[in-house]
Amino acid sequence: MTITGTRHGSAVVTLPSDREIGITRVFDAPAELVFRAWTTPDLVRQWWGWESSTLVVCDIDLRVGGGWRYVTREADGTEHGWHGTYLEIDRPGRLVSTEVYEGYPDGEARNTMTLTERDGTTVMAVTVLHSSRENRDGHLSSGMESGMQHSLDRFEDLLVARQAPADRGAVGGAA
Amino acid sequence: MLISEYDGRVARAATTTDAFNAIAESSRRDILVALAGGEAAVGEIVDRLRLSQPQVSKHLGVLRAVDLVRCRTVGRHRLYRLNGAALRPVHDWIRGFETLWNERLDRLDDLLIELQQEENP
Repeated sequence: MTITGTRHGSAVVTLPSDREIGITRVFDAPAELVFRAWTTPDLVRQWWGWESSTLVVCDIDLRVGGGWRYVTREADGTEHGWHGTYLEIDRPGRLVSTEVYEGYPDGEARNTMTLTERDGTTVMAVTVLHSSRENRDGHLSSGMESGMQHSLDRFEDLLVARQAPADRGAVGGAA
Repeated sequence: MLISEYDGRVARAATTTDAFNAIAESSRRDILVALAGGEAAVGEIVDRLRLSQPQVSKHLGVLRAVDLVRCRTVGRHRLYRLNGAALRPVHDWIRGFETLWNERLDRLDDLLIELQQEENP
């Protein structure tokens, strides 16, 4: 069964300063549950990453000074890894950690996730602080590539679905 | 071209190359925000942002060069206004990142609904 939330597509990305990225999203759930889904490996595996990838490593040592590491694997075998250290844990309102994309190990960012609960809904605000504007922009560009890729993948699915069966091998052969 | 040469070119990219370079400077972003409220003369922007008149004029020159700001002359005054369409490439660039996070957080949203249904059947 697919449950479709009414808030789909409502995350907002802002650039609060030259070195920051802000992501805001409201959830119809208590902050404690959002925090649990954000920090429990069995739950993180169900949402983190993106449509075409699987989260093959999800290590979370949730204590100050503890580490985390996520690795995604694409259908073609490509892997991407991220890791970091938890700096502040104030459950369920605030979580601060470092984050390094392993493909670019020099660019360590600091992520601050806050959860503010009001009348059963929770506002999530994630701020990613990079060490330089160049690193911030690099992070945004990587998102652009994957974001665009997903849109193109869906577009391709649509095209394949509408093509005559005899033509499918050319576009959908890898599926 | 060697990657080092390419980096050199990027580092020297003129502020008037495109919208991205033009808004890399925070004062110029402040001017855009000030103009988002409507047309304004240089003096009004100077008052609002507490920058010097030559600074504002210089920034407006850069913004006009990439078409982020347009201007018309009324009597002795030049009135500047925002051309939002020129921000489109910047918006599109961020949108890809937003798409990625939307997909991710939509799945988290679905999971939270499922978890709540399990806890309160």
